[in-house]
Amino acid sequence: MSLTEKDKATVKALWAKIQKSADTIGGDALFRLFTTYPQSKIYFSHWTDLGVNSASVKAHGKKVMGGVALAVSKIDDLTKGLLELSEQHAFQLRVDPANFRLLSHCILVVIATLYPQDLTPEAHVCLDKFLANLSLALSERYR
Amino acid sequence: MVEWTEQERAIISGIFAKLDYEDVGPKALSRCLIVYPWTQRYFGAFGNLYNAEAIKTNQRIAQHGKTVLHGLDRALKNMDNIKATYSDLSVLHSEKLHVDPDNFKQLGDCLTIVIAAKMGSAFTAEMQAAFQKFLAVVVSALGRQYH
Repeated sequence: MSLTEKDKATVKALWAKIQKSADTIGGDALFRLFTTYPQSKIYFSHWTDLGVNSASVKAHGKKVMGGVALAVSKIDDLTKGLLELSEQHAFQLRVDPANFRLLSHCILVVIATLYPQDLTPEAHVCLDKFLANLSLALSERYR
Repeated sequence: MVEWTEQERAIISGIFAKLDYEDVGPKALSRCLIVYPWTQRYFGAFGNLYNAEAIKTNQRIAQHGKTVLHGLDRALKNMDNIKATYSDLSVLHSEKLHVDPDNFKQLGDCLTIVIAAKMGSAFTAEMQAAFQKFLAVVVSALGRQYH
């Protein structure tokens, strides 16, 4: 399910609009991940605070959205563009790739709450494809 | 058996009490057909589904969206026995409609996003967690009679 030119254009346009809220989206999406899919918390057992106001959660959400921003800028070759991040996730973090799909869903939910008029079904399918391709690129170096 | 906290029960009934079925049902189903186009396979007799615009304005899809959403009322009224409540519907979806159970989850995700869009930040993380737990139980019950 590769990205068409239309998908890429839609994602870039949507990103341009939501970019200013990227940090908020990241923190909120991460907190929703922990609340809705508690098993995801195992990767953060070293944090003392995983609550909604946690500085660690907010900072990490910002970092994650930085990765999404990178992906948008490398949308024409996600595998190559995310190679380093993939190696980090594969060899150091060893996050089960199943979690990428769960976080992608939470990101979509947050965008829906903040930008309901913009996440039309047409935009949703493009963004869903983009996040799926991002997740695939992030899994590239796993095995 | 699924355990529900008082808070979860309150959240779930609260969401349904405020739900505009006429709006959310059609939106959720049409979104599912657009975001996951392979789900259109079950609606061959529903007329024009050629593009997003056609799907969004298709009256038969809209009506069916409402039917499906009202189908969740059964679980709402029988939260302590969702499995048994959906036994007949599970047989229907398996034997007659031949729906791939994966598609239930995909429709559930679209419903979550439609509700998130309607409620905005009032759809908190706790509400999302409770609602998705509810949907997961329904999805599991619907898939139970497949063999």
